Amino acid sequence: MREIVVISGKGGAGKSSVCAALAHMAAGTAVIGDLDVDAPDLHILLDPRDGDATPFTGGRTAVIDATRCAGCGRCLELCRFEAIRPGSTGLPQIDAGACEGCGVCVRLCPEGAIEFPARQSGEWCVGRTRFGDFIHARLFPGEENSGRLITLLKREARALAKATGKELILHDGSPGIGCPVISSLSGASLVVAVVEPTPSGLHDFERVASLCRHFRVPVSVIINKATLSPKTCDALRAAARAAGHDIAGELPFTAAIPQAMIRKKAFTETSPDLRRLMLDIWKRILLALETTSRGRSR
Amino acid sequence: MKLCIASGKGGAGKTTITAGLAHVWGGSVLAADLDVEAPNLHLFLRPDLPDEETVTLPVPELNPERCTQCGLCRDICHYGAVARFAGRVSFFPDMCHGCGGCFAVCAAGALRTGGRELGRLHRGSFADGRFLMGRSRIGEAMTPPLLRRLLFRLDAMLEDRAADAFMDAPPGVSCPAMTAARGADAMLLAAEPTPFGLHDFRLACEAFSTLGMPLAAVLNRAGQDAACDGAVLEYCAEHGIPVLGALPFDEAAARGYAAGKLVPDISPAWRERFEALAEAVASFLHGAGLQTGRRHA
Repeated sequence: MREIVVISGKGGAGKSSVCAALAHMAAGTAVIGDLDVDAPDLHILLDPRDGDATPFTGGRTAVIDATRCAGCGRCLELCRFEAIRPGSTGLPQIDAGACEGCGVCVRLCPEGAIEFPARQSGEWCVGRTRFGDFIHARLFPGEENSGRLITLLKREARALAKATGKELILHDGSPGIGCPVISSLSGASLVVAVVEPTPSGLHDFERVASLCRHFRVPVSVIINKATLSPKTCDALRAAARAAGHDIAGELPFTAAIPQAMIRKKAFTETSPDLRRLMLDIWKRILLALETTSRGRSR
Repeated sequence: MKLCIASGKGGAGKTTITAGLAHVWGGSVLAADLDVEAPNLHLFLRPDLPDEETVTLPVPELNPERCTQCGLCRDICHYGAVARFAGRVSFFPDMCHGCGGCFAVCAAGALRTGGRELGRLHRGSFADGRFLMGRSRIGEAMTPPLLRRLLFRLDAMLEDRAADAFMDAPPGVSCPAMTAARGADAMLLAAEPTPFGLHDFRLACEAFSTLGMPLAAVLNRAGQDAACDGAVLEYCAEHGIPVLGALPFDEAAARGYAAGKLVPDISPAWRERFEALAEAVASFLHGAGLQTGRRHA
């Protein structure tokens, strides 16, 4: 089983649009997943017929039972997340949004006055799409534990691939290089980095590339909006080659890509030229996948 | 006054708008980049950053000679950072969230405070004011503690000398973005009127409106699709979110951005758009009871 994760560092570089086009090129051979559980967008292009949603219970939040609280202030001293403050009633109050769910105050409250209920922080489901089965999720706004939800989606995607006899998983990732991206790299065979030739795109690509090196995941680069700035594009190609990454191909800066998104299609469905380009890119990605051994044993 | 510029979707124009506003605002300005995973504001405002500070998370270090192998530290750890192998306690500092539970329960005094580097803060100034940014360490999963330190530093800088602060937030609506937003007095959301942009803008409004602070929106790359523009405006009207401007999609702006230019410097028309946006932001903030130091034209 091989697993491709599409990331970019910088948001808005075209991850989801490219991912939908790759899913189109995969022509039903892959299970598709959206790991950007914070702001998932791929479903807009894939238009899934979803099965039932499964609740995701992420973490717990400390809740003070005012009838049992003696107001000793021990929890205030213990909390390292600035989530407990002296309340107007003289009793401590918990800011649920800032609570990290570590449970230290719960365990060490001398009165046993702090409850620790689990909370549903999202949901996930499997949908059928014209490009294949699609697993996706939604983290409720402002919720934490995106890493755990991503780990769950990756596990379910592997189970689904196994059950349906698919050898390939294609995941859309998150922006940045923090918790959600690190979770999505675990067990990945290949990262496809979608980068734009802008100062931000170049800067963030260097951070993504360092992260992939850190976790020893090979990278294949797609330069999106390549015609936007020939100079920055040269710098990007040089940076990618210097880091030993394969450049799978380049897509031009064209209104056809956002216009396809506005029509809720993959751009390979609306533009024959872009389709030809993407087919070559897809072949190169499959080649890159052949030359890495990561994830083969799974 | 601290204004946080955020969006659900990455690439909606947070950095462009933060940089543009900080550049045309006038008066005492502080620009802060809170997108510590992928900081970009400095690429456009080009500050000098002489001051650097390493931010660490206090994590436990075990002194095996004092450890009684009681296992209380493992029992309280919620993050799998303490395990017991062959009857002996082992620590995995990379998994630690810094909750301090193990320190609180260790009666043998077998734990010392060590530090895991979360990232660095950089301080300095640019042509239009002071500058502050954070950069997470490659491979570090936790950004909120670094952000909390950055916000603490931001408040200290404002205490030292009053200024209007413009904060470029991380994308999304989970912990990093929420932590950044909590440190602000008001929010400006960048909305890209496309199907992706509208979807993520709704998520952002749902998440940030729970913070109970004044919230306004600005459309970026408007005019690509009239139906999407209309849908964003309709959503704002329904939810009582003031729309302070609509910056059009313009290839010249995209090329200027790609060349590292500040968008207000691309053309007189763009300068005027940002001046108008700054004026609308100032009157929105005044209307919400927040004082700004902006010099009126």
